[in-house]
Amino acid sequence: MKGFLSKLFQKKRGFRLSDLKKLRVFVSLFIFLLTAFLFLSFDPDSKFVKSLSGYILFLQFVPSAVKFFYLFALASIGFIVVIVLTILFGRVYCSTICPLGTLQDIIGFLSKKINKKKYYGFSKPHNILRYSILSATLISLIAGFIILLNLLDPYSNFGKIFTLLIKPVLITLNNLAASSLENLNLYIIDPAEFKGIQWLGIIYPVIFLAVVGWLSFKYGRLFCNTICPVGALLGFISKFSFYKISAESESCRGCRLCERACKAGCIDKNNKEIDFTRCVGCYNCFTVCPKDKIRFVRAKPKEIKPRSISSIDNSKRNFIKNSVGSLFSLAGFSLIQIIPKKESKIPVYRSYPVSPPGSKSLEHFTDTCTACHLCVSACPTQVLQPSFLEYGFLGILQPVMDYKTSFCNFECTVCTEICPTGAILPLRLEKKKLTQLGKAKFVKENCVVFTENTACGACSEHCPTKAVKMIPYVPENNPLLKNLHLPEVNDEYCTGCGACEYACPTKPYKSIYVEGNPVHLAAKQPPKEKIEEEIDYREDFPF
Amino acid sequence: MIYDFSLFFREIIIKVKFFYSLLIKILFNLQKKFPSIIYGDSMKRRDFIDKTFKAGFLAASAIPLTNLAYPVYAGTGVLQKEKFLKTKYDLVAVKGGEPVPMFDKAIESLGGMKAFVKKNQTVVVKPNIGWDVVPEKAANTNPLLVNRIIRQCFDAGAKDVYVFDHTCDVQNRCYANSGIEKAAKDAGAKVVTGANESYYHEVRIKGAKVLKTAKIHELILESDVFINVPILKHHGSSGLTISMKNLMGIVWDRWFWHQNDLHQCIADCALYRKPDLNIIDAYFVMKKNGPRGISRDDVVEMKSQIVTTDILAGEIAAAKLFGADPDEIPYIKMADELKIGTKDLTKLSINRIKM
Repeated sequence: MKGFLSKLFQKKRGFRLSDLKKLRVFVSLFIFLLTAFLFLSFDPDSKFVKSLSGYILFLQFVPSAVKFFYLFALASIGFIVVIVLTILFGRVYCSTICPLGTLQDIIGFLSKKINKKKYYGFSKPHNILRYSILSATLISLIAGFIILLNLLDPYSNFGKIFTLLIKPVLITLNNLAASSLENLNLYIIDPAEFKGIQWLGIIYPVIFLAVVGWLSFKYGRLFCNTICPVGALLGFISKFSFYKISAESESCRGCRLCERACKAGCIDKNNKEIDFTRCVGCYNCFTVCPKDKIRFVRAKPKEIKPRSISSIDNSKRNFIKNSVGSLFSLAGFSLIQIIPKKESKIPVYRSYPVSPPGSKSLEHFTDTCTACHLCVSACPTQVLQPSFLEYGFLGILQPVMDYKTSFCNFECTVCTEICPTGAILPLRLEKKKLTQLGKAKFVKENCVVFTENTACGACSEHCPTKAVKMIPYVPENNPLLKNLHLPEVNDEYCTGCGACEYACPTKPYKSIYVEGNPVHLAAKQPPKEKIEEEIDYREDFPF
Repeated sequence: MIYDFSLFFREIIIKVKFFYSLLIKILFNLQKKFPSIIYGDSMKRRDFIDKTFKAGFLAASAIPLTNLAYPVYAGTGVLQKEKFLKTKYDLVAVKGGEPVPMFDKAIESLGGMKAFVKKNQTVVVKPNIGWDVVPEKAANTNPLLVNRIIRQCFDAGAKDVYVFDHTCDVQNRCYANSGIEKAAKDAGAKVVTGANESYYHEVRIKGAKVLKTAKIHELILESDVFINVPILKHHGSSGLTISMKNLMGIVWDRWFWHQNDLHQCIADCALYRKPDLNIIDAYFVMKKNGPRGISRDDVVEMKSQIVTTDILAGEIAAAKLFGADPDEIPYIKMADELKIGTKDLTKLSINRIKM
């Protein structure tokens, strides 16, 4: 140890800028792997995963900002940290913290392994496109629609890809391993339960992964500099960064190694300029420069360069045109909100979908959820599923309680503990048990007891509060039948957990379903009656 | 509308494995008949060892694969060894003690666990672990009792003891919060999942009226001894849940039961494989709001236990203990029609123990 330290001091090497890349790779992989673990964990119920989510997602820009602005949650200042970093050193977030950025880097790394001669080059900025996407996102957010953020936010899309595409594959592999071991009478690996996902829900993540994968395979970080709203916002902020990367032009030999290494395509050696708003902070240029001529410098007051007036005007016009246009188109979408219909022999409407416990109301939930699907991945019963049109078009992909797949576990609050955006707020277990997400509705005409005159009662069996009770029932057409019981709902005690709907055996239409509460209500505590029964253990057996 | 990777892949894998095992079989036979085809004529000693080892490994790996390929469990006769155990009593009822001593007394009077479990046999213990609640709420079998049963099995020389249930609530939480997972593992048993369809295999149930086929957990199909450990409690659908209703946890498709005459299905399922031993836990008994219960207020401390080889007799004795009239419960009547056991308790030799 002593020798190592003295070696370091002897060399007086210190920390060089070219080491920044290694640091960046290390930190980004650390964050990427932990975030991936969070989304892929088979046991999200464990305390480790729950506490991990609080730490590792703290710096994620969009969830933290949404939580801050919508809920005035002053503790979620992760995005402010990111902005401060950006003001100091540029877009550190994009290559270090953003898991989608790291995913793209991994794809880019593989593309270099496949094609060894591959290099990047300077590309022209798509400023109009990226700033109009950013402004459309911001304006729609102010107008109250989170959909664009939902579809474009890098962190949330990373979550969607991992939850909806990668986790199922992992579960399949795990279950295959489990089933082959099971044949040797080894029950070492537990097969994970997998209830399937609505295929409509995976269309978007598949398209997104294809686009991002292709872009990063061919053009490096083009996605981050054209489509990603977070990239555009941080890029805009980095215009005012204190320290910027620049190439010392006097002694540069013009070898273009830096330009070829830049995956953002922001180094232009012809004009000896670096477009710092597009720099994603990967620091690859530091490592490749043979003369160490690229470095961070204090930003100087900008020299005013002659520019053609027309180009400025055009971009401004486009900016306004695009943002206003997108605002109107969004307003248009909101008018044709589709109310999902529940088919049944007897026409039944679920006029409102059921949102997860802790989400307070549909409005709160659809306003603040960025559809990162961490709760979908974490839900032990898998009742949380990506929605398609349940919340209307603008709420596409936001998780919904899908009682055909499963039901909400009465004793569980996992989703409320891990949500990074505050769309699902923390709930104590005692309070969650008295939160009414919706009300059970009984459709007598579909019920087995009514149609077949045979016993059932699956709904009442599963009901944790006995809001669904079985009451004696004598069918009109067959008065001799005894011992039949028909469900009866007392919705004061109903929590809307959906256990009755899930357990109901009638096909294809359920005879009991949960009608969502647009605003979550409080359920009554189930009545407690102590059984007064004295038991004499000396008494004889009744047989 | 739902895609399930695991199901889809499993089908493919099963088919691949089937052809793979067929190929291995052909190769194996060829190699036996014409060793020169595979090994060539001039085979050195080292080569021989190496190649036979490889072939043996392949063949060995093929055997479990063929088992998986088509687990045909047709008919009941093959697996169900009708055992006419000669025990002193048909039914033992105990009262007034703690679960563990009560069980010890009961099993002792039946001739000890050795009467049921022979050396090197595999045992499956099927408690009721249906709900994600704590043991005091009496929705699940008492973990202490489960632990004791497993220890007794090992003492009798059991090779392996397995524990599982097809739970109603999500499995991991049920296993953990019922305390049974820990209790079973402490005793040395293997806790196996009941939440994966691939562990269930289609069987025909002879003599059944409604439930003519069912997918039953492979542990029930393969184990030498089947010990059923239900808890006695009130049940909203079937009136009471005791031994026979507990068998709902060995099948995959519960919805079918509810849809097609629940009572008849309960009776039919008991036809497939009668448990070798039924140990009915009636220490804490849920008197209302069953089978899940709302709170501790639904539970009465009855401090009783019934151990029997006759599933139907146990059902009737437990119902009487509960304070219900067995004739009021339709599935008991149906089970009697299917001759699943003895309905008339006076015909049986019963040992009544008060502690």
